[in-house]
Amino acid sequence: MSERKYIEPQPSAETQAFWDGAKHGKLLVRSCRACGKAHWYPRNHCPLCSSRDLQWIEASGDGEVYSYSVMRRADPPYVMAYVTLAEGPTMMTNLVDCNADHIRIGDKVHVRFIETADGAHLPMFSPKGKHND
Amino acid sequence: MARPALAYIVGAYEHPTRDAGDKTMAELQADVALGALEDAGLNREDVDGFFCGPDAPGTGPLSIADYLNLNLRHVDTTNTSGSSYLLHVSHAAQAIQAGKCDIALVTLTGRPRAEGRGKGGLVRADNPQQPDYQWEQPFGMQILNMYGMTAMRHMHLYGTTSEQLAWIKVAASHHAQHNERAFTRKVHTVEEVVNSPIVCDPLHRLDCCVVTDGGGAVIVTRPEIAKSLKRPLVKVIGSGERPQHQQGGYFEITTSGAAWSGKIAFEHAGVTPADIKYASLYDSFTITVLLQLEDLGFCKKGEGGRFVMDGNLISGIGKLPFNTDGGGLCNNHPGNRGGMTKIIEAVRQIRGEAHPAVQVKNCDLALANGIGGQLGVRHASGTLILERE
Repeated sequence: MSERKYIEPQPSAETQAFWDGAKHGKLLVRSCRACGKAHWYPRNHCPLCSSRDLQWIEASGDGEVYSYSVMRRADPPYVMAYVTLAEGPTMMTNLVDCNADHIRIGDKVHVRFIETADGAHLPMFSPKGKHND
Repeated sequence: MARPALAYIVGAYEHPTRDAGDKTMAELQADVALGALEDAGLNREDVDGFFCGPDAPGTGPLSIADYLNLNLRHVDTTNTSGSSYLLHVSHAAQAIQAGKCDIALVTLTGRPRAEGRGKGGLVRADNPQQPDYQWEQPFGMQILNMYGMTAMRHMHLYGTTSEQLAWIKVAASHHAQHNERAFTRKVHTVEEVVNSPIVCDPLHRLDCCVVTDGGGAVIVTRPEIAKSLKRPLVKVIGSGERPQHQQGGYFEITTSGAAWSGKIAFEHAGVTPADIKYASLYDSFTITVLLQLEDLGFCKKGEGGRFVMDGNLISGIGKLPFNTDGGGLCNNHPGNRGGMTKIIEAVRQIRGEAHPAVQVKNCDLALANGIGGQLGVRHASGTLILERE
């Protein structure tokens, strides 16, 4: 089995703060001061109400598995997932440090950051507690 | 029935090849364009509207218009991936109604087999300028796992099973056995599908469409011209389209764009799902078909699994014959884009020109639907409703 290689995220001016936060272990989410809702993925305008009055908030890192799929034929296999954040929106991510055969939709998960070859920190999620060993 | 026609499909041609190692993309474009014109009884000089996707090599429509020597007054290069060609027929009908063209040519070609693409799964044209790139590509987002997550959530919400999804492949394979040009004519059982290797949970290898070269074309025109030709009259009476995406992070991946495009098309046509005698449904994967059945209203949300069981999609056996050419699951999914072949088989059914073993009796009303892009993240659904006149 090979070591996983990640495509680098290539941050932009719009998103640099997110990736800077990730390097410090923070999951930052864009939240709208006008409508009060967080959205995903981060933008400089609110896709829900079109306001440009946005702030970065530090998410709790808690979420639930919305769906997942194990990419069996990849080398190494990996677990693609959507996780619904406690703050509201659902984000695309991977599940790591888990037994793929034991994952269920609705499982509680918490963020952790996986470093790429170029030093970006990708927000991924692991099951909370030990039930998924 | 005397519903107002949007336009008529008077020519349809599916390229016979499934492996085009000896042909260029431009040659394939010429083959399908001239094939559809011949089928219609029209000539190249008659074409004044050209609709193509990014599969046509060159800048939009320009290189192929030059290569074919088309003299045009209307072009449209709408690209919603595999559903583009359903949107093209709808847009052609609208352009014809608006007087912008009289005879529209719509083409699709592809040669992923010849180019060695389509099997490795990692060949994508994503560009870092796409706003989604940095939030998806690092995580290994691929076509397969987007459909996998959609199927997984449908199973979770509604109890859908792998055996139920397998029935969709089984039905397509029953049809493909009669198609001598089908990429695979093997008749499959539910057991064979669920025992084929899992490629991306919960999808098995046999839940996936074939990878083929070739393509197809259709000709769309206005009523007076259609009625002057010698082909059976295939009237476009309804169309709808819907791009569907992540909605800022608040979405339900088990509802496809067909929930919108179908409603628009049915209202447009003044008919209901119960009236449809035959359906061409986009079958990149078995789950794609299941969602369209529910979202187009052939059954209630969540009941697609039960709907497809026991051969309910098999012509002559079930209530809703689908993809009687064998579909993308068995026959042809040229260029990894199945929209054109969906239109062509619906035209065959309305004309009564499908294989006799799968021809639906008195097929006077048919639907063709496409899902382009990826279910589960971003896609566009295009719906056409066709009527025999």
